[in-house]
Amino acid sequence: MSKAIAGPEIERMIQLLSRLPGLGPRSARKAALSLLKRREDLLMPLADALSAAVDRITHCSECGNVDTVSPCSLCRDGRRDRSVVVVVEEVGDLWALERAAAINGVYHVLGGHLSPLDGVGPDNLNIPRLLERASSGEVKEVILALNATVEGQSTMHYIKERLAPTNVAVSEIQKGVPIGGELDYLDDGTLAAAIKSRRRI
Amino acid sequence: MDRIAETWVGARLRSIMQWTDEGIVIAVRAHGETAAVAELFSRSHGRHLGLVHGGRSRRLRPVLQIGNHVDATWKARLADQLGHMQIELRRGFAATAMSDPGSLAALSSLCTLLHLMPERDPHPNLYEITLFVLGFLDDDSVWPALMVRWELALLDEMGFGLDLTACAATGINDDLIYVSPKSGRAVSASAGEPYRDKLLALPAFLIKGRKVPVTSEDVRAGLALTGHFLQTRVFAPRDAKVPDVRHRMVELIERRAQAEA
Repeated sequence: MSKAIAGPEIERMIQLLSRLPGLGPRSARKAALSLLKRREDLLMPLADALSAAVDRITHCSECGNVDTVSPCSLCRDGRRDRSVVVVVEEVGDLWALERAAAINGVYHVLGGHLSPLDGVGPDNLNIPRLLERASSGEVKEVILALNATVEGQSTMHYIKERLAPTNVAVSEIQKGVPIGGELDYLDDGTLAAAIKSRRRI
Repeated sequence: MDRIAETWVGARLRSIMQWTDEGIVIAVRAHGETAAVAELFSRSHGRHLGLVHGGRSRRLRPVLQIGNHVDATWKARLADQLGHMQIELRRGFAATAMSDPGSLAALSSLCTLLHLMPERDPHPNLYEITLFVLGFLDDDSVWPALMVRWELALLDEMGFGLDLTACAATGINDDLIYVSPKSGRAVSASAGEPYRDKLLALPAFLIKGRKVPVTSEDVRAGLALTGHFLQTRVFAPRDAKVPDVRHRMVELIERRAQAEA
């Protein structure tokens, strides 16, 4: 076991920082040192920001997004087309779609996917609220933007079935060749999916 | 002589700590930010785990999907360690099954049930059958019946094989239409008549040597038969239930049969 080189408070800080994605123990130590050096202009504002986030962060009651208000700022935005709901697995997927500015609809975050091995069933996901939203009459189309994995697609088929009685149009995002992708470098599965989902031009 | 023996033992130990085999991916778990722990059902080494460096990379994510047929090289310093795996795709069954909910449920059910097999215990016969079933997941007129046969093979490999060759009461091999829910042995129509409400139906396509067209009713009866023995002999002693994904597969097969009728 390595010997502690600083007080328990600093060691604890390093230990917690090392749990963040992209940081190992060595880089966490560097980050901690940087924070300690810049106590006034970085450490204290960061501590305040984290404290405020802990107090105010909540899940949107409408879509399951993470924000400091509920309903979230995306659901409150009057310029969005509320008749189109894009269903995603995680908040990170919502952020990716927002970054791409690909659609002006509203979102619905499931909070994961069905996984028989991990014991994640429909009751563990934000599916009942989606069904409520789809049945409200305001929604015309639900776009299932779920990952092209076995679990993601199993979840997609399950939701498609559950949405059938609501009579909203249900669509899925396409799978295939990525922009800039060269066929020679694509895996067999992606190529097969791309050929399967070909369209007439 | 001793030196020869030592060399042989050394070579043997080295061969234990490195192997190359083919397998089917049955589970993948993220490990750290870039690696993954892959679980394979391999031909000669059975259910086996290994750490795949870069297993969450763009290149390997499509390969490490459950149901995919892969080539694997496993290495470890000691035989009982988790070890590292290098994986290459042979055939992407996952991508083939993704567009159809029934095929996808069958693939998930198959991979989930393969977790029942003990770790590092080879079952080459079950492996071959599994690969055969995966190859037909894009043909929904074939795979439901194959899933029944696969589940029978799974029960057999686990030591709970059903004896469907002759009547448990009379020993004859004609007119077998029932299976005893207790003994797992076939029962003929005449011997089973007094107990018909308690016996399970035996679909004709499961009787050895009988070549008959498989109907959706046969598939339903076959899945009820294997489902009963999976629950009573495999899951109940573990205080568990047959996984939901298998129920979903059965439900989708039944729904499709109803739609066709």
